[in-house]
Amino acid sequence: MSAAVAEVVEKKSEPLFSKKNRKLISNPLDIDNPITVQVLGVCSALAVTTQMKPALVMSVALMVVTASSNVIISIMRNTIPSRIRIIVQLAVVATWVIMVDQLLKAYVYDVWKQLSVFVGLIITNCIVMGRLEAFAMGNKPGPSLLDGIGNGLGYGLILLIVGFFRELLGGGSIFGFKVFEAMGLHYTGNGLMLLPAGACVIVGIVIWVQRSINGHRETH
Amino acid sequence: MRQSNLYIVLYAVAITIVSGGLLAFASQALKPLQDANVELERKKNILSTVMTLNEGDDINKIYAARVKEIVIDFNGTPRDGIKATDIDVAKEYKKAAADRLLPLYEFRDETDPTKLNYVVLPVYGFGLWNDIWGFVALQQNLSTIQGVSFQHKGETPGLGARIVSEEIQNRYKGKSIFEADVLQSVVMQKGEGFDYSNDPHKVDGMSGATLTAKGVNNMLQDYFNCYLNYLKKNQQNLSSNL
Repeated sequence: MSAAVAEVVEKKSEPLFSKKNRKLISNPLDIDNPITVQVLGVCSALAVTTQMKPALVMSVALMVVTASSNVIISIMRNTIPSRIRIIVQLAVVATWVIMVDQLLKAYVYDVWKQLSVFVGLIITNCIVMGRLEAFAMGNKPGPSLLDGIGNGLGYGLILLIVGFFRELLGGGSIFGFKVFEAMGLHYTGNGLMLLPAGACVIVGIVIWVQRSINGHRETH
Repeated sequence: MRQSNLYIVLYAVAITIVSGGLLAFASQALKPLQDANVELERKKNILSTVMTLNEGDDINKIYAARVKEIVIDFNGTPRDGIKATDIDVAKEYKKAAADRLLPLYEFRDETDPTKLNYVVLPVYGFGLWNDIWGFVALQQNLSTIQGVSFQHKGETPGLGARIVSEEIQNRYKGKSIFEADVLQSVVMQKGEGFDYSNDPHKVDGMSGATLTAKGVNNMLQDYFNCYLNYLKKNQQNLSSNL
C-alpha cells in the first residue's frame, strides 16, 4: 500500500482540495503511478496501446469507472462485511460498468462501438479493484473521488506515452495522422512495436527513465 | 454484527437482487432504443457499399426508397414469406453452405424503381480472433465489386481491425469475382505496399495482419460460393435481355 493512503486519515470537515487531498491527484502521476510503480493494469496497457486513439478512450473510460466506483464503495464501506468485501466490490463495479455500457449503446451508439471492447477489460482491471480495496474501503467519498481521478490520470499518462511510441514507430502515425508521409519521408513500420512485446519494452524504458529522474527505489 | 453469518448472507442476497434488478431493468427499458440503433447501423453499412453517405442523411428514408430485401436459398431460388430482417446471418453461417438462407439486398434506381443498380450480399466469417462480417455490393454485371463494408468483433487495433477503414475497403472497388464464367474470388495478398491495379482478383495486403486477411479471403470465397447459383442465373437473364 502506498504512502499517500496512510497519510489521509479521516478528519472532520477537511476541505476537498486540501494539500493532502491534492496529493491524491498528483502522486499517481509520478511517485505512486498505478502502472510503473504499483504495476497494476499492465495487461490492458499492453492491449490497447497500439494506437493512441484507443489508448485515450480507454484512459478516459477507466478514469470515470475508477472515480465513480470509488465513490460508490466509499459510501457503502461501513456496511460491507469484510469477509465478502472483494466479491461485493466486484459486483458493484461490474453492475456499474454494464449499466454505463447499456446506456451508451442506447443513446450514443457510435461511442459505444468504440468502447464496448474495453468494457470487459475495465471490469477486471486491477487498478479499479486495487483502489477500491486500498483506498475507498477506508476513506470518505470526497477523497475517494480524487483518488480515483488521480489514478485514472496516472494510468492514462503512461498509456498515452506508450501509445505514442508504439503508433509512431510501429505505424508511422500519431492519432492516425501519417507523420512521416507528411514530412515526405517513407517509413516502414516496425512490427515489433505493434506486438505486446513492444509495449513491454517501452513500459520498461518508461519505468527506467522515471526512476532515474525521481530516484524511486523499491523498499522491500 | 457485521461479521455474523446471517448478516453476510443477507448482504450477499441484497447485493445480488439489487444489481440483478438494475441490470434487468436497464436491459429491458433500453432494448427498443438499442435495437433501433443496431438496425440503423445495418442499413448504414448496406448503403455505404454503394453510395457515399453524408452527415444528416435520412438513412431510413433512403433505405426504404431504394433497397428491396429478398431471401434466396443455395440454389438461387427466392424464398417468399421469409423476411430478410428475420434472418440472422451469424446463425446461418454456422450451417452447411447448402442449407443456408441467404438475404440479398437489391439497390434500385432512383428514378426507375424496377431497374436494378446494384446487388448487396451479406458475408460472414472468422478473422484471427473472432467473427468478421460485412456486405459486398456488385454492379449490374454481378461480377464487378462496387464497394465493400467490413466489420469485426475483436481484431487487433492497428492491425486486423483496419478492415473497417475506408483505406482498406476502397482497395476492393472495381475488382471482379468472375474470370470468364468461372468464380474467382478477390484475394487479399500478403505484404503491403504493392500495386495490384492490373489484377482484378488481388488486393494489397495489410502488413502485420495476414491472418485477418486470410479470414477475409475465406469469408468472401465461402459466401460468393453460396450466392453462385443466384449470380449465374441472373447473369444469364441479364445477357439474354441485352
